[in-house]
Parts: sequence; structure tokens; C-alpha cells
Amino acid sequence: MTDATIPSASLSTASQPLIAADGIPLKQKLARTTRRMKIRAFLLTVPLVLFLIISFVIPIGQMLYRSVHNPAGTNVVPNFAQAIQNWDGEGIPSEELIEIFVKDLALASRNREVGKTVGNLATRVNYELPGSRSLFTKTARKVRKLEEGPYTQALFDIDKRWNNPNLWFTLKRVTRDKTLSFYLAATDRKYDESGSIVMADELYQIYLPILRKTILLSALITALCFIIAYPVAYLLSTLPLRASNLLMILVLLPFWTSLLVRTSAWIAMLQKEGIVNNILVYLGFIAEEQRIQMIYNATGTVIAMVHILLPFMILPLYSVMKTIPPSYMRAARSMGASNTYAFTKVYFPQTVPGIAAGTLLVFILAIGYYITPALVGGSDGLLISNLIADHIKKTLNWSLGAALGTILLVVVLIFYWLYNRLVGVDNLKFG
Amino acid sequence: MKLTKLLASTAVGAAIALGSVAANAKDLTIVSWGGAYTKSQVEAYHKPYIAKTGVNIKSEDYNGGIAEIKAQVEAGNVTWDIVDVELSDAIRACDEGLLETIDHSSLPAGTDGTPATEDFIEGTLYDCAVANIVWTTIYAYDKSKISGTVPTTMADFFDLAKFPGKRGLRKGAKVNLEFALIADGVPAKDVYSVLATPEGVDRAFAKLDTIKSEVVWWEAGAQPPQLLADGEVALTTAYNGRIFNAVAGEDKPFEIVWDGHVWDLDLWVIPKGAKNKDTALDFLKFSTETEQLAKQASYISYGPARKSSAPLVGKYHNKDIDMGPQMPTDPANLTNAVQNNFEFWADNADQLNERFNAWLAK
Repeated sequence: MTDATIPSASLSTASQPLIAADGIPLKQKLARTTRRMKIRAFLLTVPLVLFLIISFVIPIGQMLYRSVHNPAGTNVVPNFAQAIQNWDGEGIPSEELIEIFVKDLALASRNREVGKTVGNLATRVNYELPGSRSLFTKTARKVRKLEEGPYTQALFDIDKRWNNPNLWFTLKRVTRDKTLSFYLAATDRKYDESGSIVMADELYQIYLPILRKTILLSALITALCFIIAYPVAYLLSTLPLRASNLLMILVLLPFWTSLLVRTSAWIAMLQKEGIVNNILVYLGFIAEEQRIQMIYNATGTVIAMVHILLPFMILPLYSVMKTIPPSYMRAARSMGASNTYAFTKVYFPQTVPGIAAGTLLVFILAIGYYITPALVGGSDGLLISNLIADHIKKTLNWSLGAALGTILLVVVLIFYWLYNRLVGVDNLKFG
Repeated sequence: MKLTKLLASTAVGAAIALGSVAANAKDLTIVSWGGAYTKSQVEAYHKPYIAKTGVNIKSEDYNGGIAEIKAQVEAGNVTWDIVDVELSDAIRACDEGLLETIDHSSLPAGTDGTPATEDFIEGTLYDCAVANIVWTTIYAYDKSKISGTVPTTMADFFDLAKFPGKRGLRKGAKVNLEFALIADGVPAKDVYSVLATPEGVDRAFAKLDTIKSEVVWWEAGAQPPQLLADGEVALTTAYNGRIFNAVAGEDKPFEIVWDGHVWDLDLWVIPKGAKNKDTALDFLKFSTETEQLAKQASYISYGPARKSSAPLVGKYHNKDIDMGPQMPTDPANLTNAVQNNFEFWADNADQLNERFNAWLAK
């Protein structure tokens, strides 16, 4: 009994709450204050969070959605889109199903609402079956006058292409609300007539080769940037202040200059009648008619992009090298290490965080670069971003553009993950 | 106190914003292709229209296509009031419900009294679009740089042995495939029936292969005259008006080869939900009157879409050059010419451009 009373007595003194001057327990008051501070801290980050949601999360979400969203069928021929999903896909659909189709189409042909016109469906089907666009627009104009059946025969009379099982089979697929077609197209694949996935004809394969080229060129650009930037950053961090300031200005001045100006300057330098060719001809290295094509191809893209992305490599390297005390190298050498040995064992390992930051930055910027390859890439220096822009701006196949964009995003994430495994993101040092 | 101040300043801000919207409502935004072409429209359409109505016109340039129109209409914020587009784009945009429909009976009659529906050349009036000019893609060379035999046929353009040097071509499948087939000996009238077959497409690409290594690709209409002037190319395809203006306006020694040219229309369209739809429609009617169309032809060598304008076409505005023979529609220039088949391109542009891009990247 006594054993029990003693702890209970001590407990009661411990649980006696400390009371603040206004009679509220101190603990409660403290909790309230910290909560208020937390809310205030959170409120301060609200603008950033909102900004990220509006400018980053929503657009990327929209892109993902658009790459699989396939509203043409349900918007334009809603009843048919629903009914055909129960069809077995063999031969030509039944008269009842075709009647639904014709009535939907006649109704849609009077609709001028954006996204719900026959043109929208025609465009969508045309992606899968090139040449069928006019079939839909033409038929839609004619079925308006169609009063009664048999509708199947009426369609065949309007155009014999309706008597093609593959067209109906494709229609069943494209009128579904969600689709993977755009991802197939973005990886040079398509559905064949039996509905299985096959590679597109070699003459039409473009996205995978360009994606491969984009990755290779980005790697090349990153490597060139590194080779050029490393000595420059070393000089920047070790030269006396006056000289290094001047060098720093030389690095930063182009960095501050407009991208377009720098790219156009490269055009002036490298074109056939440009400065470099003129000098080479003047000095007699090449003959007048042998002027070298250095721009409007992959070479031009690489040269201009290395120049433009160079500061993104130099600055992280510089900021890391600046923190390495010169005494380390001196110490290594005083203990008998050769210059090379001291560099590879003492200096270089300490610059790895800067190298990691620089290469990651340059590679990711390069892989999604648009304007420079568009201006100087000509025909074989184009990158995947140029194809995406083409689909957004010219062909208006936004879904395919979105699928390509998503693939590019995934590729970047994969590289980031690989990088993290190899170098460790914690080791990054931007400055 | 603070709150009232805040409210007051917000109100002032809102009033300013509203005021600027109201001011914008009087501006008509007209979008066209830039360079010499927009200039001809400013002289022939904009200036007389401003003088007549006092409407403030804002002129914007673009490189064709309907991407911007689609983006604006889908976002519900249409800032372009009237746009100058190519035929295949006008048809597609109309099909997809991106454009206002235009009542042809409301178009003014020709000066000779012919109703508009008969005065416009056949195939120039559409549900959502009214043509203003006929233009064409030709190829041209610099007379001062080619001596002796000069190129005269489309086959010459593809003949690197006879006429060595770089070639300028518009980046895209359209028109280039037609040129390739014509150069390969397909008569102009059969071009699209050949191109509709897979073998025809292969044949066109095979012909383009023969000059691929020498091609400089251009995108904006103002580029080819510049490429010629800089000596970057020996022969280049171009819009005929651009070459004509370089010759007439800047005294460049360029020569047009009319053989196998592919002609097309430019049309006015009004994006659906345009802020100044009524003014835009009024401008459209005004600019496609007989007189304005004829006047434009004195600034650039594109053919007016109205029959009644043809007799009024005279000389270049400040030089003694007869404009008649410079028109794509001049009979002498039509001996071996193709009209761009908008239906073919509406059907096949996606696929052929994909193949073109794949071909280009190889």
C-alpha cells in the first residue's frame, strides 16, 4: 500500500500544471504560441507554394492528362461512341449501330461549338488513318439530308471507303475516352489492322531516333562544357584578384547577353560567308568554293549550345574551387607527391561536388533546349524539343506533343535518379 | 483607415484596368505575314480604312498556321480580330469550329455592279473565309551570278550538274513534293493523283533526295530573298511577291521561273469570339472591295480575288512596271502551274510532314 501511495503522491505534484499569470496552463499556452508561429511560417511560404502549384504542378498535370485524354469521340458522336464499345470488331457494324452513327454525325454537323464539331473527330481519326479527314467532313455534309435507312447502304453510296472493316475497327478505338495512341505515336509505334502494336514503317520513324540524338548531343555538349570550363574555373579561383575579376567579367558578360543575340552572333560567325570562313579563305587554308558548312547542322547546334551553357558549368566549379585552400596542394607536394598525383588525389576529389552540379545543370538544360537548335540546327541539328514545338505550333496535335513532353520528363527523371545513385544529390554544390 | 486606403487604391487600379480595356476595344488587331506583304496591305487596306472610320489598327505578324487562333479560342481570350491565312488552314480551322462564319450575301458588290458571289473568282469564298489574293510559290535566281544558260524549268531546279550551288526550300512537305514530281516529269494536272499513291510519295522523296545535301531550309517568307542576296543559295523557292518586291523595291537582279509553280489563296478569317468582331467584319468587307484589292496589286504582285479588280490593276506604285504579267494568274504564267489541293493536304499533311521530318533528320 505504502509503495503505491508514494509514487501517486509524487505523481500528483508532477501533474500539478504550471499556471501562467492569466490562469491558462503554461503548456497549453506554449503549444498555442508555437502553433501560431508555425502558421505564420507557413503563410510566408504560401506565395511560393501557390506559385509552384500554378506554374508547375497544374501545367504538368494538364500535360499528363492531355497525353491520354481522347475526347473527340464522346464529344462529337456521344451515342455512337458508347454503343460501338459493345461491338465485337468483326467486319462492318450492324445497321442499328450505323444508324446511331449517322444520326450522331448529322447532329454534329450542325454544331459549331469548339471541340464538338465533325472536324475535331475527323482530325482525330486522320492521325490513325491518314487520308480519312475529308471522308468525315464530306460525309457529315451529306448525311444531314439523309431521312431514312438503310443507313449502311447510304454511307457506302456516299463513299465506298465506309465499306472498310479497318475504318470501323479504328473508330471503335479512337472513340474511347482514354487512349495510349499518342504514346505509341511518340515512340514510333502504331496499331496494325488486327489491333496489335507494331513499329511504324521505317520511313516514318522519327521520335526515337531524335530522342537518342538529343541525349547523345546533350552528353557531348556537357562533356565539352566540362573540358573547357574546368581550367577556366581553376584560373578564376587561383589568379590574383585583378586578373580573376577581369576573367569573371569575360565569363559573365555573355551570360547576361540575350540568348538570341548570342545565337545570332554565332550565325554571323559560322555561316558560309561568315567571319570564320572568310578568315580561313583569306589565310589560304581552304579554297573559295570549299567553304565549310559549320552552321544549320548538328555542328552549329553543339558549338552555339556549348557557348551558351558554359557559364552554368563554370560558376558551380568556381564556387567549389574557391573554397579549396591552396595549402592542401602545397602540403601534398611538400610530402613528395608529384603534380599529377597531388592533383588527382587531393585537388580533383574536392571539386567533384562542383562537377556534379555543373554537369547535371548543363545536361538537363541541354536536353530540353529549344531556341538555339531551332535557329542554328538546320535539318540534322534538331532536338526533341523542336519536334514538341512543331506539334504544339504547327500540326496542332497537342496530345502527341504532350506525350513527347511526358517522355522527355521521364527521361530527365531517370537521368536524375541515375545521377543520384552514382554521385549522390547531397554531394551537389551549386555555390 | 488603412483599409479604406487599400480599397481606394484597388478601385483606382481597377478603373485604370477597365479604362485600358475600353481603349483596346477600339483597336482592331489585324494579323498577317509581315514584310512586303503586310506593307501592301497597310497601303491598300489599313490606311484607307483608318481614314474612313478612324478605327485604330494594330498590325501583327505571324508565320502562318492556326496554332495561335486555336490557343486563343480555346482559352476564351481572343486578341486577334482578323487573320490572313492559307486555304488549307482556313478550311481546317472552320471545320473545327474556330472561326466565325461569314455571310457571303453581305459582301459588297463589285464596282461594276456584279454581286459579290459572282464577282469573286470561283473557289475563293468559303463558309468562314473570304479570299483577298492569289499567291504562288515559284523559284528564283540571281541573274548577276548565273551566266550563260539560265534555268527555265522545274527540272533545272533539281539539276545540280547543270546549275551547281545551294538550293533554298521551305521547310515542310507542302509544295516541295509537288515541285519534285513536276521536276520528275509529272504533268501539272496529274500531280495530286500521283501524290495520292504511296509510289508517288516515294518518287517525290527520291527526287528530293537528289538535292538534299545542297538544301538550305527557310521558314519565313522574308528569308529567301535574303538568302539569294547573301549568296547563300544559287536557286531558291519563294513566294512570288517577295521576289518581285526585292526586284522592284530594292533593285535586286533576281529572276522568277514560273514553270511548275504551285498557287494558293490567302484569305481573311475572323477567330470565333473575336473582341471586335463587328469591326473586323466591316474591315473584311472594306478590304475585299474591288478598289482596295486592285490597289494592293500595285504594291505586291499577288492577284486580286475579284474579277472586277483585274482591269484596274495597273503599274507598280512608284515605278513603270506593268503588274499584269507579274501576277500568278496571268495566262502566260499558268501554262504549267498547279493549284494547291487543300483537300489533299488536309488529309495527308500530318502523315507527310512526319515522313518529311524523318527524312530530314536522316
